[in-house]
Amino acid sequence: MATYSTSEFKNGLKLMIDGYPCSIIENELVKPGKGQAFNRVKLRNLKTGRVMEKTFKSGESVEAADVMETDLQYLYNDGEAWYFMDTKTFEQVGADETAIGENIKWLKEQDMYEVTLWNDVPIAITPPNFVELEVTETDPGLRGDTSGGGGKPATLSTGAVVRVPLFLDEGEMIKVDTRTGEYVGRVKK
Amino acid sequence: MASWQPTASLEMLKTRARLLSKLRAFFAEKDIFEVQTPVLSHSGNTEPSIETFITQQHENSTSITQPSFLNTSPEFAMKRLLAAGCGSIYQITPAFRQDEQGKKHNPEFTLLEWYRIDLDHHALMGEVNSLIRFVAEDFLTLERSQFFSYRDAMIKFADVDPFKVDIEALKAVAVKEGIDAVGMDDVPFDSWLDLLMSHVVEKNLPLNCPVFIYDYPASQAALAKIKKGSPAVAERFELYINGMELANGFHELSDAEEQAERFHNDQIQRKESGLPGIPADYHLIDALKYGLPDCAGVAIGVDRLLMVLTGAEHINKVLTFPFDRA
Repeated sequence: MATYSTSEFKNGLKLMIDGYPCSIIENELVKPGKGQAFNRVKLRNLKTGRVMEKTFKSGESVEAADVMETDLQYLYNDGEAWYFMDTKTFEQVGADETAIGENIKWLKEQDMYEVTLWNDVPIAITPPNFVELEVTETDPGLRGDTSGGGGKPATLSTGAVVRVPLFLDEGEMIKVDTRTGEYVGRVKK
Repeated sequence: MASWQPTASLEMLKTRARLLSKLRAFFAEKDIFEVQTPVLSHSGNTEPSIETFITQQHENSTSITQPSFLNTSPEFAMKRLLAAGCGSIYQITPAFRQDEQGKKHNPEFTLLEWYRIDLDHHALMGEVNSLIRFVAEDFLTLERSQFFSYRDAMIKFADVDPFKVDIEALKAVAVKEGIDAVGMDDVPFDSWLDLLMSHVVEKNLPLNCPVFIYDYPASQAALAKIKKGSPAVAERFELYINGMELANGFHELSDAEEQAERFHNDQIQRKESGLPGIPADYHLIDALKYGLPDCAGVAIGVDRLLMVLTGAEHINKVLTFPFDRA
């Protein structure tokens, strides 16, 4: 069983905590000039996404989580699972609904996603920072209004709803920032 | 930012230079003189919570090597100077501690350490306060300084009397405060006190003013004299500003036998914890036998002081090249 000592703690390190794979998102050394040192750590549970705080007595060892992040291409959904493929080996893995979570609204066939595998099973996906999607539903565009102020909701091909400028029409391709869910710009088809 | 570049801004480097000259001006005015003591020596720090950097020296161009140690603080050498009769002294020096890296730590850091003959830890706290106010005047407005005994600070900010309760009560406070602590099953009482001090008391201390905490549990004396009484307390203090631990001071232990015993106990504890043995500085014991004048001493983290004065959130912002880039 691989373990990490607190002195090896750093952001992104994957640990098994209470039976769940977790990733360190913040690690602060708390060390009085004299006395016991601690590592105060913020961890994200990679399965549930929940963030928790724990304090480790410095020198403690913690079991490593067999977690790997890999870039895979999204292929299709068969109603139960979402399938991703390694474009080099053509191996496929299926991710369940929990692993996809809210990112379902950014899933576009053929695009590349970062898939987190725990013991070779997908537990989470991360979309690229920017995706290009088609506007499938929005109120008619107002020609000439380029002020950009206000805006209106638009539904995209994946089901995501974002606020877009008034001049946009159905059928147009737009670029969206998946981290904020905000419209970035128009894309030429 | 490319990794050859400094992590501190050029403006910060100038501020650091200004701080150093202000510190020196403070001591010049009081006729406390500056000394330099070795950074590399034949002995190290036996304290179990501090890891000394060990380096090697080749003996007479043979392959036989002899370990040498980088100082974790200049205290032993400075006390030897005090025993030699130098009077009150100060020093600004690099110090080195292994495995200490983070927002407030770098393995190499700068310490300001000074010793005052005939002062006790209370009088020295007053002087630390003057120094802090003197250097802070260009940077920030500090409100009135506050002073708490360790016991009062624990009672006031963690709602527990450290001298009256058992380990279970300390655990209960940790639970109540929502601290999820791992690896604390077999630790001594003092480790729980340290947990509460660093996780509960520190965050509840008043802000925008120097906060002094004094008279520590006798078990946390380090190199301080112990004042008899019930309970006995260590004549030691710490200074916090905005939750940052900045200074640690002692009414210095001058009893050679007791010092030798503390070194010995450190060694036992190191062995029990599986830590490497570190040779103690027996020159210090000899110096204490010769006679150390009654004195108090304090060490201030200069990098942290600069962080507090400038509001820097990470120690890298006040260092030219943190260890990753050094």
